[in-house]
Amino acid sequence: MSILAQIAADQLPAADQKSIAAAGQAGLAYGLATLGPGIGIGYLVGQSVQAMARQPEAAGMVRTTMFLGIAFTEALALIGFVVFILLKFV
Amino acid sequence: MIFGLEFPPIENLVEWPNLFGPKDSWYGFNKIALINVIALVATTVIFLLARRSKGLVPHGVRNLVESSVAFIRDGIINETIGPDGLRYLPFLVSLFFFILITNLFEVIPFFHMPGNARMAGPAVLALITWLFFICAGLKAQGPKYFWSAVAPPGVPWPLLFVVVPIEFLSTFIVRPFSLAVRLFANMLAGHILLVTFTVLCITLFSATLLIIVLPFSFAMLVALTGFEIMVAFLQAYIFTILAAVYIGSSIHAEH
Repeated sequence: MSILAQIAADQLPAADQKSIAAAGQAGLAYGLATLGPGIGIGYLVGQSVQAMARQPEAAGMVRTTMFLGIAFTEALALIGFVVFILLKFV
Repeated sequence: MIFGLEFPPIENLVEWPNLFGPKDSWYGFNKIALINVIALVATTVIFLLARRSKGLVPHGVRNLVESSVAFIRDGIINETIGPDGLRYLPFLVSLFFFILITNLFEVIPFFHMPGNARMAGPAVLALITWLFFICAGLKAQGPKYFWSAVAPPGVPWPLLFVVVPIEFLSTFIVRPFSLAVRLFANMLAGHILLVTFTVLCITLFSATLLIIVLPFSFAMLVALTGFEIMVAFLQAYIFTILAAVYIGSSIHAEH
């Protein structure tokens, strides 16, 4: 498999090889950037649902704080997405 | 070319030719500028129309305006700033409506382009919010705002050498940057998602056996359009609530 990839890479001009490498790194960068925020948002929303179930009269307050937390947590994933766009297309 | 799918380059998705004026000139006017102007005019017109309607019982556009103002007052300001934040209501309401309308152009036919999917729009909005919360802090606390913003109380003095640079970075540099990037990346991701499924539908619309998959792809496209309407509301809400939190943290010194 790697020999085939090597042969295919040898026949491509340098610019294409560079863009293929950049695309691979872009995918890796975005994939890594999703891991932490994925765990974080899952934990955050899970705990919020538990809080709302235990104390339904505090649901409004919990929901506001939950959205704030989601906004802070997903910022890292979104920066990863921007890095993906920069690596892939710029 | 991925698996026979001809995906357009990203420039075709987000860069628009100027309606008039040469490329890269300061007075060039393209689709994004048109969307921003429409959002500005629509926000103004909605509130002027609501102001004109008389009577005790709200109806029509006044209903929309009154309920959204009450939502921002009760759901955003009272929960984050407190009662003394009510004087920032006009700024937050206009921010919310402007972002919401520019975002909704993502699903409006013949536009299909969120105005905030170019970095310039969110960056300007974040800069305005940044200036606004600094000025609100200066007005509420005077020049000692800059010290109270970077030095949390109760920290032993040797630690201040570490805490102050970190707090300075997170308050004055990361805040506007993350505010802008959050809105921009969400709208761009939604736009690319919709384009991907549209391109898939167009490719599958052929005389081969692949047409069996087309209904699933199209159903996904419709579902994602509904999802993107929700994202447009959610991002406007999150931008407004974060602006309110930042204003609240700068007018109330931590103690």
